[in-house]
Amino acid sequence: MFKEAEIREPLVLGDKSYHDITNDVVGPIEGKAPRRWYIALAITSVIALWGIGNIMYLIGTGIGVWGLNKTVGWAWDITNFVWWVGIGHAGTLISAVLLLFRQKWRMAINRSAEAMTIFAVMMAAIFPGIHMGRLWVGYWVFPVPNQYGSLWVNFNSPLLWDVFAISTYFSVSIVFWYIGLIPDFATIRDRIKSPVAKKVYGILSCGWSGRAKHWTRFEEVSLILAGIATPLVFSVHSIVSMDFATSVIPGWHTTIFPPYFVSGAVFSGFAMVQTLLLIIRKTMHLEEYITKKHMEYMNIVILVTGSIVGVAYITELFIAWYSGVEYEQFAFYNRAFGPYWWAYLAMMSCNVIIPQLFWFKKIRTSFYWTYILAIFVNIGMWFERFVIIMSVQRDYLPSSWSMFYPTFVDLGIYIGTIGIFLTMYLLYGRYFPVLALNEVKTILKSSGEYYKKKD
Amino acid sequence: MYDDDLTCLAAAKELVSQGITVKECYSPFPIHGIDPVIGIKRTRLAIASFMFGLGGLALAILAINYFMIKDWPMNIGGKPNWTYFHNLPAFVPIMFEFTVLCAAHGMVITYMLRNKTLPGMPATNPDPRTTDDKFVLEFDTTENHSMSAEQLLSAIKATDVYELNENDI
Repeated sequence: MFKEAEIREPLVLGDKSYHDITNDVVGPIEGKAPRRWYIALAITSVIALWGIGNIMYLIGTGIGVWGLNKTVGWAWDITNFVWWVGIGHAGTLISAVLLLFRQKWRMAINRSAEAMTIFAVMMAAIFPGIHMGRLWVGYWVFPVPNQYGSLWVNFNSPLLWDVFAISTYFSVSIVFWYIGLIPDFATIRDRIKSPVAKKVYGILSCGWSGRAKHWTRFEEVSLILAGIATPLVFSVHSIVSMDFATSVIPGWHTTIFPPYFVSGAVFSGFAMVQTLLLIIRKTMHLEEYITKKHMEYMNIVILVTGSIVGVAYITELFIAWYSGVEYEQFAFYNRAFGPYWWAYLAMMSCNVIIPQLFWFKKIRTSFYWTYILAIFVNIGMWFERFVIIMSVQRDYLPSSWSMFYPTFVDLGIYIGTIGIFLTMYLLYGRYFPVLALNEVKTILKSSGEYYKKKD
Repeated sequence: MYDDDLTCLAAAKELVSQGITVKECYSPFPIHGIDPVIGIKRTRLAIASFMFGLGGLALAILAINYFMIKDWPMNIGGKPNWTYFHNLPAFVPIMFEFTVLCAAHGMVITYMLRNKTLPGMPATNPDPRTTDDKFVLEFDTTENHSMSAEQLLSAIKATDVYELNENDI
C-alpha cells in the first residue's frame, strides 16, 4: 500500500473508522435541523424574496430603473456578473486541477466548493439574463433558425463566446458534482430510516451499488472530467475578460486581461470557499476533516493568486505610462485619482495589501484571521470589477461625464442574489453530504492520524 | 463480507489463486488493485469521450462554417468574412467549448447507461452496509465447477472473513 511521508500532517484527525466517517457526515442529515439553521434560512429567504421581487419589478418596468447612464452603460449588472462568475471558479479548480495533481486535501473540501461554484454560476447567469430586458426571448442567444432570413448570432463576438463558455461550464460542473454525489447518496439511501427520504435518496442515487466495475468507470470518468474541466476553468474567465479586452475602450483594451481575470477568479473563489467552509466546519462539527492544514493550503492559494493580481494591477499602470497613449494614461489616472478613487483604494488595499498578511504563518493558520481576510478579499474583488467598469465613466466627451448612483433596484438585486445563494447553500448543507465521504475513506489509511501513528 | 479493504483484497487474491472465480465485488469506495485480480478489464470510457469530443468539434466547425461563412457572412469593419480559415481565430473559443461540452456529456451519459444507474433504478447491492464500511465478495457455484460448494465454502472460510451468507438463486 502507498505510504505517505511521516512528516506530512494527517488530513483526517482523530481515531476514525470508515463507519465513523459515514456517521459524521450523514448524521446531521438524519437528525433534526438545529434551531439556528431555521433562523438562518428565514433570514436568507427574506433577502432572496426581496431580490426576486426586485428582479420582477425590473423585468416588468424595464432596465431604466437601474442607475445606468450614457457613459456608465454596464454598471452593477456586469460587476455582479463577473464577481459571481469569478467566485464560481474555485470549485471546479479544486476538484479538477487538484485531482490531476493528486492533491488529497481536496477531498474534504471539493463537494462544498463545487456546490458553491454551481450556485454562484446560477447567480451570475441571472445578470446577463435580466440585462436583456426581455427575458422571455433569452433563447435568441443560441443559434436557432428564425424568421428573419436566418439571421444568426455572431460567432465572432466575445458575448456569444460567453454564452457557450458559461453554459458549458455550468452544465459540466453540475455533472462533475453529481457523478461524485451518486455513491454518497447511495450511502444515505442505505442508512436513512424515514421512508420518504429513503425513496428520494434512492432516486437521487440512481441505483448505485458499488460494483468493482462501476468504481473503475467512476474513477476513469472523474479523471477525464477533471482533464477536460481544467482547460475549461481557464477558458471561462479568459472569455469573460475578453468581453472587455476585445473592446477598444481605454483601460479595457489590454492583453493582460485573461490571465489577470483567471487568477482574480481563483483568488475570489477560494476566499468565498473559506467564508462558507469555516462556518460549515464549525456548525456541522467537521473539525477533524476540514483541518487547519486544509485552511492553510487554501490560504497559500489565496496568497499566490492575490500576488499575481497585484502584479497585474501594477503592470497595467506601468504599461499605461510606458505605452505613451494619453487616453490610456488618462483612464488609469482617473481610476486612481478620479471621483472613484475610494473604490480604487478599496480594491488595492483589499486585494493586494491585506492578503500579503498570509505570509505570516500565525495569520495563515488562524481561523479568526483567515475569516476576516477572506471577507476582505470578497469585498476587494467586487471593487476590482467596479473599478474596471467605472473606467468608462469619463469618456472622450466631458459634457457626458457624470457619476453613477445605484438605485434601490441595483442594490436590491445584488443583495438579493446573495440571499438566493445563501438560501441554496443552507438547503444544500442540510440535505446533501457536505463531504465527499466515500472519497475521504480512500485516504483514511494513508493520511489518517490514527493510522499514521500506528505505523 | 469483509470489514476492511485490504483484507478483502488479500482474500480475493488468495481465492483467485486457488482457481475460484469471483463473481462481483461490492464496496463503499474503490479498492485500488482489485480489478486485475478479479478479472476486470480497463474501461473504454476514455476512448468514448475522445470520440464524443471529436464529434463535437466537427459539428462546431460545420455549423459555424454554415452560419458565418455560407449562410450569412457578416461584414465587421471590412474584415475577411469569405473564408473559414481567415476567421478561424475568432471561432476557436466556441469550437473549444463545444468540444468540451460534447466530450463531457457524451461520456457521462455513456457512463450512466453502461452502469445502469439512472434516476429511479433499484439498488442491487446485497447488503446496505456495503455503502458504509463493509466489503462484499460474491461467488456463484455455477461459475466454479471445478470444486463442490463445500470446498468453495471452506476456501472462503479460510480467509479473514467477517460474515458469510449463502443464498439459493
